[in-house]
Amino acid sequence: MADFFHQNLSYFLSGISVGGQYALIAIGYTMVYGILRLINFAHGDVFMCAGLMMVYFSSSLPFAISIPAVLLLTLLLGFVIERVAYKPLRSAPRMSVMISAIGVSYLLQNAALYFTGGLAKVYPEIPFLSRSVQIWGATTRVVTLVTPVLTVVLVVLLTLLIKHTKIGMAMRAVSRDFETSQLMGIKINRVISMTFMLGSILAAVASLLYFTNYASVTPTSGAMPGLKAFVAAVFGGIGSIPGAVIGAFIIGICENIIKGGASIFGIPGSGWTTFSDAFTFAFLIIVLIVRPTGLFGEKSVDKV
Amino acid sequence: MDREKRNHYIRLFSAIAAVYIIITILEFTLRPTSIVFTVLRKGAIYSLVAVSMNLLNGFTGLFSLGQAGFMLLGAYTYAIFTMPVSVKQSERVYRYYECIVPFDTGVFIGLIAAGLVAAFFAFLIGLPVLRLKSDYLAIATLGFAEIIRAIFQWDVLGPLTNGANLLREFKDLSRITIPFTDIPFPPTLFVFIVVGICVLLIVLLINSSYGRAFKAIRDDETAAEAMGINLFRHKELSFVISSFFAGVSGALLAMFQYTVQAQQFRTVLTYEILLIVVIGGIGSISGSCIASFLYIALSEWWLRGLDMGTFLGIEAPDLFRSGFRRLVFSVIIMVIVLFFSRGIMGDKELSYERFKSGVRRLMPGRRSR
Repeated sequence: MADFFHQNLSYFLSGISVGGQYALIAIGYTMVYGILRLINFAHGDVFMCAGLMMVYFSSSLPFAISIPAVLLLTLLLGFVIERVAYKPLRSAPRMSVMISAIGVSYLLQNAALYFTGGLAKVYPEIPFLSRSVQIWGATTRVVTLVTPVLTVVLVVLLTLLIKHTKIGMAMRAVSRDFETSQLMGIKINRVISMTFMLGSILAAVASLLYFTNYASVTPTSGAMPGLKAFVAAVFGGIGSIPGAVIGAFIIGICENIIKGGASIFGIPGSGWTTFSDAFTFAFLIIVLIVRPTGLFGEKSVDKV
Repeated sequence: MDREKRNHYIRLFSAIAAVYIIITILEFTLRPTSIVFTVLRKGAIYSLVAVSMNLLNGFTGLFSLGQAGFMLLGAYTYAIFTMPVSVKQSERVYRYYECIVPFDTGVFIGLIAAGLVAAFFAFLIGLPVLRLKSDYLAIATLGFAEIIRAIFQWDVLGPLTNGANLLREFKDLSRITIPFTDIPFPPTLFVFIVVGICVLLIVLLINSSYGRAFKAIRDDETAAEAMGINLFRHKELSFVISSFFAGVSGALLAMFQYTVQAQQFRTVLTYEILLIVVIGGIGSISGSCIASFLYIALSEWWLRGLDMGTFLGIEAPDLFRSGFRRLVFSVIIMVIVLFFSRGIMGDKELSYERFKSGVRRLMPGRRSR
């Protein structure tokens, strides 16, 4: 057993690391859904934009400036998207808002395509994170070890924010009942903007960690992680932050175990990587059928 | 039948006949490589898939994002069915695999099979998925399309799908003939005939009692159920029929571009079609058709200059470089989604009366007389 772990350690390690990165993205989805009941299809593309910004900034600025700049600009991007594309549709049917989100996603991808010229951009090596380390015979990067720790720290901070600050209380109120909280004098728009900004900054942190591992950014590289993070959010019970984090770790680990299928299950073949993507969605469909509210989701009853 | 209604039908049929006559004339006068044909063919194919998506999203109120997956199923089925056995056994297409399909069929059977395979998968996937509510349904169907794409690229299925490599040399638009002869069929006319029949069938369905049930479900599910409409059966029916036509349009797309590869049926394709439906107006068949021709004409023809360095006589190679067209395009789409969310037609259909009143509104001088 120990031997088996030893041999396939690299898969488990990258599973935990990818899981942490998905978790940071998934929080953005789950918080927005909790408040607006909207699948923010553009969230994965915000994540991709953060990656691209880092590529452009780091070519001329030192990391000490470029990293905070990326975090700040991504936060701003999230804010602007909400104000321009979602706020005008607040009283429109839910489908219109979702279509607007798809439109934003399409816009961001096409903008990225234009500015990069369709080429994959090489992600800069962040000196501390990109260093290789040896753990129990497996070679990996520091980022793999930093990710889960950082994820847990950020989630704890976020939970504290939501539990113990005034804006956090407002968020909880709005996600419980949109209209009533408005009547109680909560400034809805401020709460919603705050949610988008928090989600975006976490996505920016995730992009720092994720692209350090993958080394290149393309206009579509946000789509897959975005969708997987969304699946994680659904699995955990959409609207619940601990649910999203646990769901993301489970999906990240399962996905990497399947990627390593050739050595873990002893079945050779080159289709395992393709299958790890399909697995996530098959998993989603099964979760939705067996337990549509996810692990920690609240039951909702339709009233006439 | 009263006079008003008869006039309406006469106008409708003469308009449709005029379209087909114009296509035929164009086919014999223009160069076959003209951009007009690309726009017409692709526009027609996109109209079909947009109308099929509208049947789900606009008429039944099911927000499904699986269109690309069903198109992929249709395209592959058609390609595998109609590729001649001699090609299948040679090294030309199946280079790394032994093809296991020992037969080939004609165009007609290929198209029907494409629709049926897509419909069959829709039936299977619909059983669990259609019980989900709006946005969960969207994400589940999106996920299904991704699974299909992954499975078709899987190397174990190589003997059937040729793995991640492309399929070609099947009966594409340049290889179709008039039945029982060797005379080549005018390709654009062929696309228009197939699309015309399919759209007509969808229109008939929408105007039938099933169509009314679909609309009732869209407007209020609980009320529709209380009126005795079997929710699940009607949703499943709408889903299967929509997928059937998505499959047919996938097959036509394969014919149009001469090759098929799973790689191209990404989520972006579904998004494009959804945006076409929105531009045309959710719940309007003629709107979807107009929007898809407009969309294709803009992206393939009129806005070409934005990618090539010169647009409207302005030369700015630094600004108008590759990709700018799509950027401009997505901005236009965002403007439509935000400010004209009813689209071109809203949920109304194009008709002579509407056309006449629209013209009258544009020329206020005549009315004030």
